[in-house]
Amino acid sequence: MERRLELAVGLFVIVGIACLGYLAIKLGKLELVGGDYYEVQAEFSSTSGLKSGAPVEIAGVQVGRIKGIRLHDYQASVTVGIQHGVQVYSDAIASIKTRGIIGEKFMELSPGGSGEALRPGDTIQDTESGIDLEQVISQFIHGNVE
Amino acid sequence: MFSSVNSMEWIIGVGERTLVRVQGMGHMFLFLLRAIAWVFRPPFRFDQILKQLHFIGFKSTFVVVLTAIFTGMVLALQGYYSLQKFGSEGLLGSAVALSMIRELGPVLAALMVTARAGSAMTAEIGIMRITEQIDALETMAINSLQYLISPKIIGALVAVPLLVAIFDVVGIYGGYLVGVKLLGVSGGSYWSSIESAVEWRDVYGGILKSVSFGLIISWVCCYKGYYTKMSSEGLGKATTEAVVLSSVLILVWDYFLTSVLL
Repeated sequence: MERRLELAVGLFVIVGIACLGYLAIKLGKLELVGGDYYEVQAEFSSTSGLKSGAPVEIAGVQVGRIKGIRLHDYQASVTVGIQHGVQVYSDAIASIKTRGIIGEKFMELSPGGSGEALRPGDTIQDTESGIDLEQVISQFIHGNVE
Repeated sequence: MFSSVNSMEWIIGVGERTLVRVQGMGHMFLFLLRAIAWVFRPPFRFDQILKQLHFIGFKSTFVVVLTAIFTGMVLALQGYYSLQKFGSEGLLGSAVALSMIRELGPVLAALMVTARAGSAMTAEIGIMRITEQIDALETMAINSLQYLISPKIIGALVAVPLLVAIFDVVGIYGGYLVGVKLLGVSGGSYWSSIESAVEWRDVYGGILKSVSFGLIISWVCCYKGYYTKMSSEGLGKATTEAVVLSSVLILVWDYFLTSVLL
């Protein structure tokens, strides 16, 4: 009896913790011990709509996530987490894009090729802020879209 | 017309009743504090905690899985119906997962635990009180709070979050069954919309809610049983009160916790 009781409780706890782990690590993207990322900086004139945790993609493949956004010299300074093993160079271009017309914002990186490999803490020089859809529409309405 | 004496009596009555209510609240709170204090004092009754984990956790798993799978299925059905009007069925996964993890999982699992384990807790402790088994424990120098109440509180604090996690995962899978297998949403967009929408904050909020619900259930149900009136009718009333009060408290506390966590 005692043995069956312990087995049942053990089973329950294991299943429960497995579910909790799945929720936290797979869905909640909780990173134990820092995760497998190195961080570089990128400065944008506007990151409107980009959220911490948004995906970072190269050629449409997710290679990292946005770690944080803060204001630095009235520019948005974005901390970009990139997986180890994905090398980005000093002439890389970071641009903020939108998935579909009303989709979420994400960051597209074109990794560059010449120049030095970026080390953790370095800054990506070339950046493109997201397109302000409302501005484009108003330009279109007033007839001076290029 | 009220004479001044009558209205004085009325005011005295109001004051009296208010004082009784406030005292009752303090009594209940002190009960919780004492029971928690006894958790940290030896002798530690691990076998009792194990029994409670078995009763509150393992034995509630079946009913929790059953309610979870149907909750997920109906959410997918409703969500699909609303989302397809905008042609955004791809968001079905995130709609199901977010409502599961943030709201329905903790609340519904806690209500099921209240109905299944909470009522039994009140009845068990109440019968021990009426048949004077609690007094017998005290006579044998076993602290009844430590022997009966503290293991139940620990058991609920551990079991409810685990049950909620099971509820969330099973519910999301139930949504997958209906959304993807039955209604034809693409499986890839179901899972990827879940992964992009759910954040650690959502999961953390759900865990915090479930822990506090575990405390509410064990606290209210144990209190009502421990201080039951000494009659079979009184015990019936205590069980009803325990289930109603903890269900209401769960929903009220859920609102306040959500407004703080958002």
